Amino acid sequence: FLGAGKPPMYGDYEAQRHWQEVTYNLPVRQWYVVLLYAKLINPDWIALHTSRGYESQPHKLFMRTTVFVADLLVYIPAVILYCFSLKETSTKKKASICALCILLYPGLILIDHGHFQYPLSLGFALWGVIYLSYDWDLLGSAAFCLALNYKQMELYHSLPFFCYLLGKCFKKGLKGKGLVLLTKIAGTVVVCFAVCWLPFCTDMEQIMQVLRRLFPIDRGLFEACMFSSPPPRLANIWCSLSVLIKIKNIVSPQTQLKLSFAVTFLSLLPTCIKLTVQPSLRGFKFALVSCALSFFLFSFQVHEKSILLVSVPVCLIINEIPFMATWFLLVSTFSMLPLLLKDGLLLAYAVTMLAFLSACVASFSIFEKTSAEDLQLKPFSLSLKGYVSWFKSFPKIVRSLFLLSVTLMGVLSVMSAAVHPPQRLPDLFPLSVSVISCLHFLLFLVYFNVVILWDSKNSRSQKKIS
Amino acid sequence: SAGRAMAAGGRSWFRALALGVSFLKCLLIPAYYSTDFEVHRNWLAITHNLPLSQWYYEATSEWTLDYPPFFAWFEYALSHVAKYFDPKMLVIENLNYTSRATIFFQRFSVIFTDILFIYAVRECCRCVNGKRAAKDILEKPTFILAVLLLWNFGLLIVDHIHFQYNGFLFGLMLLSVARLCQKRYLEGAFLFAVLLHFKHIYMYVAPAYGIYLLRSYCFTANNADGSLKWRSFSFLHVTLLGLIVCLVSALSLGPFIVLGQLPQVISRLFPFKRGLCHAYWAPNFWALYNAMDKALTIFGLKCNFLDPTKIPKASMTGGLVQEFQHTVLPSVTPLATLICTFISILPSVFCLWFKPQGPRGFLQCLVLCALSSFMFGWHVHEKAILLAILPLSLLSVQRAKDAGIYLILTTTGHFSLFPLLFTPPELPIKILLMLLFTVYSFSSLKSLFRRERPLLNWLETIYLVQLVPLEIFCEIIFPLTPWKQHFPFVPLLLTSVYCALGVSYAWLKLYVSVLTERISVRQKAE
Repeated sequence: FLGAGKPPMYGDYEAQRHWQEVTYNLPVRQWYVVLLYAKLINPDWIALHTSRGYESQPHKLFMRTTVFVADLLVYIPAVILYCFSLKETSTKKKASICALCILLYPGLILIDHGHFQYPLSLGFALWGVIYLSYDWDLLGSAAFCLALNYKQMELYHSLPFFCYLLGKCFKKGLKGKGLVLLTKIAGTVVVCFAVCWLPFCTDMEQIMQVLRRLFPIDRGLFEACMFSSPPPRLANIWCSLSVLIKIKNIVSPQTQLKLSFAVTFLSLLPTCIKLTVQPSLRGFKFALVSCALSFFLFSFQVHEKSILLVSVPVCLIINEIPFMATWFLLVSTFSMLPLLLKDGLLLAYAVTMLAFLSACVASFSIFEKTSAEDLQLKPFSLSLKGYVSWFKSFPKIVRSLFLLSVTLMGVLSVMSAAVHPPQRLPDLFPLSVSVISCLHFLLFLVYFNVVILWDSKNSRSQKKIS
Repeated sequence: SAGRAMAAGGRSWFRALALGVSFLKCLLIPAYYSTDFEVHRNWLAITHNLPLSQWYYEATSEWTLDYPPFFAWFEYALSHVAKYFDPKMLVIENLNYTSRATIFFQRFSVIFTDILFIYAVRECCRCVNGKRAAKDILEKPTFILAVLLLWNFGLLIVDHIHFQYNGFLFGLMLLSVARLCQKRYLEGAFLFAVLLHFKHIYMYVAPAYGIYLLRSYCFTANNADGSLKWRSFSFLHVTLLGLIVCLVSALSLGPFIVLGQLPQVISRLFPFKRGLCHAYWAPNFWALYNAMDKALTIFGLKCNFLDPTKIPKASMTGGLVQEFQHTVLPSVTPLATLICTFISILPSVFCLWFKPQGPRGFLQCLVLCALSSFMFGWHVHEKAILLAILPLSLLSVQRAKDAGIYLILTTTGHFSLFPLLFTPPELPIKILLMLLFTVYSFSSLKSLFRRERPLLNWLETIYLVQLVPLEIFCEIIFPLTPWKQHFPFVPLLLTSVYCALGVSYAWLKLYVSVLTERISVRQKAE
């Protein structure tokens, strides 16, 4: 929250300011969002067409204050309420410690307040999860629809929401209560979408225009994106693979698109099926993580910031797997390093990472919780016992891997900031950051999928007995 | 900060608090810094390049060396580290030179020297013992004291945004207080002597030290009723004390006396040419005096008691540090302020002499000396309020009455520091930090003393609550009005007068409580 003094990046900031200008001046039919009080303070900010690139200090302050207010009203209460509603955090102290660690997550702080973006979509999605955890399905789906209509990136989370609610309906029996619940949820979703899209519903052309803006899969636009080289600083599987083989020389853009869809859905499928068949809140939270991670790794046109869509669900399960969650959150912030360096946020990055690491180490004593059971891998290890015998030293191996990974990240961060890359490989550091992050993410994807698939009612009842 | 309490007990919570606030200070590195930054850069350059004989004569920059020699030596030591960061900052002619390395080095030097402050706070926490053994760490007086000192809002914004080296200086002072509380008198005296030669503003509290050491250390025993036992005077102790003070002074001023530069050093250290108040009036008695003078002037003009042609044009808030004349009330000279300060200190010093109540009495006298000097001093800077706030924190966690006074003094004192940070990006930072600190101090002290009467009565509460609309008016509403062009000083005037009321009230209340306590103790003894 103290990034208020830092200069924002032109791109996002200008985009948001432009949206403010557009929504205020153009007629209602072309709204996205309204920010009326900006006019009261200084009409210059919003005068259309004359204010491109306007960046005076008071305006910066105003924009940053709105981000902070949005944070305060939506995201922070959601986190606090979530922590207090968990069953594991029985005491107030544990709950507030958990909330503090989540709020200290560097990635969100740096991107929202340093790079500049509004945390509203994540906040609403979080409210959705909270409502679902209280079994208020309608409110949950409404909140998620709001999140979705604020930013279409929330589609990453849509599958788990859908599968979980569907699974719940199936459990209640498709002939009685289940069907009623299904229709109620469907109705809520339709109403939400209608309310949000009402200003645009005047004619079809409007709707098509909006859709085209949201999902640029127009042939011309798409090919232009495809033929430009993907930024090497994306921790995505395609970018990492492009280091080794140039995929676009092998297959055509259309095939690439189909390939990415196919791989994404294949990686999602096991989790989603499990969630539909056995809907549980725990499975739902883990599914949010793994689905968003699959989307991030395997789809096209991903932005680095999309890793936040994975990180926030990971924050939700920080109580269950503190060690892996901390590790993941550190890697996710690290993967955004090139973006943060571009914004001049190196100092904030270093300080918040250190603060987050020390807070988590102290609050959850993560170094003691690295056994197979703490990592929720007990059922998996039980089925593997016959085959692998090195599970005895599992905690030590995991701990040393963690230290190795953190050291590597630290060294690479320092080198990216301080050292100039060699002439022949100008993109060396961003590329190494993204390749290393991608490897980590793949391993995490495997880990999360394993945890979900091997999690069954039997394992939980075993835990209760022991 | 509530969440920082760790599951594992022990001293780890202190480490967590210290680490947390250090992280916060690191995040403040890119924030706004004032001209004090250039002042210290200039001093680094002077001490690095010039021989000792030139230190107090160098005047290329307007920010001449006006701290005692130990601080100059400190800057000299720093300059040897600075040359590895950016040698260009050590060139005297590079006035207003900044670079990222310079900023990083200077800011980091403040954060690093704060280690002494952290150590001093730990020692102070050891001296404080709560009457009730609280189960929860959050309710222990030591925890609350540590937060109030380590995360003190005033110290954070003055040191780490505005840029000064108060951290380690207050560390020295708190350490000497802790040593006196632990009955290690010689160490305490030594530390205070060293402190005086780092920054002479601490002379404000020297009477408290002097009288307490004389009374409790030089006279080694008391009579049965607590009064002075003249026979127990110890020449040894006096000699030791004198020796320490002389040694420290010789070390500091010796070279300059040998060079015959003592008058020049004194003139640099005590520049009485500056005015009664500087551009922004510190919230002391003279602020109220000036405001009264202005009000009477306007009233007099309206009712034609005064002749407009005879009034000097220059306004006291013109922004420069010149000497001004008052219009209606008599003008104030440096001598007058000295006499006022002396008279206001006398009662507390007498109390300390006649009936010392151990370290607590000493602390009370110290705070009163600091506050009285703040109230009546010449050219007082509003940062000097920290000199009273920090020692008062030690008293506030022990008695409910002191806690109430502390809350008033701290809130108004910190609020009066707001005009130091006038840039827009710092506005959210200062408001957020102030809110955090104020909310924490109120809630923790209230919960600590919940079994006693409420800490603040309704009048005091209303006064403090009014600070919020005042702030909104000064920072948000006023800049949007047309009056901003004609009366730009109005927010500053309002802030300093309103805070002066609060500070004066806290001072009077503390004085009354100390005096009545002594009287009641004396009555009990009789």
